[in-house]
Amino acid sequence: MKALAIEGLEKGFGGVRAVDGISFSVEEGETVGIIGPNGAGKTTVFNLITGFYRPDRGKILFYDKNIAHLPPHKLPRLGIARTFQNLRLFGKLTVFENVLSAVLVRGGYNLLSAVFRSTDYFVTESKAEEKARKLIEFFNLTGKEDQAAENLPYGEQRRLELARALALEPKLLLVDEPGAGMNPIEIQGLVQTMNEVKRRFSLTIVIIEHQMGLVMNISDKIVVMDFGEKIAEGTPEQVKKDKKVIEAYLGEEPL
Amino acid sequence: MKFFWEARKVILLAVLIYLVLKAVFGFQLLSQYIEQITLFSFIVILTSLGLNVIYGYTGQFSLGHAAFYGIGAYVSAYLSKSLGVDGILGFMPVLFLSGVGAGLVGYLIGIPILRLRDDFLAIATLGFGTLVRVILDNSDRFSEVLGGSRGFVGIPRITNLELAFFVTVFLILVTRNIIFSRFGLFWRCVKNDELASQGIGINTSRMKLMAFSYGCFLAGIGGALYAHLYTFLHPSNFDILKSIDFLIIVIVGGMGSIVGTIYAGLIWVGFIEGLRIVLPAEMLDLRWVFIPLFLIALMMWRPYGLIRKGG
Repeated sequence: MKALAIEGLEKGFGGVRAVDGISFSVEEGETVGIIGPNGAGKTTVFNLITGFYRPDRGKILFYDKNIAHLPPHKLPRLGIARTFQNLRLFGKLTVFENVLSAVLVRGGYNLLSAVFRSTDYFVTESKAEEKARKLIEFFNLTGKEDQAAENLPYGEQRRLELARALALEPKLLLVDEPGAGMNPIEIQGLVQTMNEVKRRFSLTIVIIEHQMGLVMNISDKIVVMDFGEKIAEGTPEQVKKDKKVIEAYLGEEPL
Repeated sequence: MKFFWEARKVILLAVLIYLVLKAVFGFQLLSQYIEQITLFSFIVILTSLGLNVIYGYTGQFSLGHAAFYGIGAYVSAYLSKSLGVDGILGFMPVLFLSGVGAGLVGYLIGIPILRLRDDFLAIATLGFGTLVRVILDNSDRFSEVLGGSRGFVGIPRITNLELAFFVTVFLILVTRNIIFSRFGLFWRCVKNDELASQGIGINTSRMKLMAFSYGCFLAGIGGALYAHLYTFLHPSNFDILKSIDFLIIVIVGGMGSIVGTIYAGLIWVGFIEGLRIVLPAEMLDLRWVFIPLFLIALMMWRPYGLIRKGG
């Protein structure tokens, strides 16, 4: 079953066609990597899927439901979560609060229960706290619960952002350049984490990444973008040999 | 009820403070003037707490808070005068309605202006504050009772120690409970990063509107208590300078600190009114030298307010 299907998606900014009629689909449970040179339109595709941009044309089907014109805050409820290219944690909030907020978004008590501290409030809060603790443990952040998120080292901030996204219990997880700014050893750790995430949570994943070591390792399928268009699609092996892909990355062969 | 059981320590402390105040004022150990400014300090705390919810917790910079304080004051004065209310029991619904009135105006004005960010929002709220001031100045054209620029006179004096103190304590507890719930957490998320908040599914417009109207509700209650304490209202009490007073209290106490707002409110009123007693009459204007100096010093040594050391 198709978890996500993009059909003829277009988005322009002024004269620039950032995404120019792209189509691809993601099967349920699959991990798809999107690669391409800088400015190819990868993050724009993410922002279109998650409602931060509205497409000029085209469809975004999530389990056959067109989500192209929904506001961003409705998507986590449907089962789509994302991380951001340049990390968007709640910096002044603690690690625990970062995860807890995402757990508590998914329903819970109303304002009156909060004001008058009804049973509903206590039950929901304690369940949410337990869940947040489990996620923090899974991402190896135990012991840092009360630290402000902005004080964590970079790699841990990346893990925290993943934890926060998974607290939404998504069916589809969009990960935007998790390996940016990491050294090869940290990338190794990230590959491990991503593989564990795939095992533990039954997830469909779309990942944007520049680090080939990471993306080729964990993806079942790769979509290659350049200048807003899809120039290749296939298994990592196929894509590596694709002439157009090599050209996009290394430039054309001199005549 | 869990509400009271959970807050038993605070309530116990509040009752103790109340008994002390009651004794001090009952035996007339202090002048009536001091009693009046003590009650006024509770009102200031309550209203500033409203701005702290809006600005300190949710990050919505408002320069028009005094307008909502004024709306509460005028609505309550108009209601109690036209309905002939003169006792505390009759006043309770009036008090509640004035809060709701100010909150409702906050909600309606918030729908268009809360889309704005930072300095743009500041200008919009400043504009709204000025608008309210002009309307109050010309209010006698709508109804003679409101008094326009001559001021609203002859409001019954209903606000007493019990009313001002316990309403303030109750609303502080309510606010605390909201702050330490998912709603308060979402407010802080919005303040930290709006895009990320949307990314995890928080309806940020709704949360901002909720914080804004609730903050205005508190200002409205504060205004209603004020009107029935001083029995006279003048539009100049609700202009931009008053908004800045509340803003200073929130910043001095610390953004997003309830206890800080309480201390800062007491210090603020104590400073302005206390210096009036301490300083000889011909030097009274020096207050406006001391207070800015104090603020400059505070911002240099404790930029995050009295309570917190760091951000």
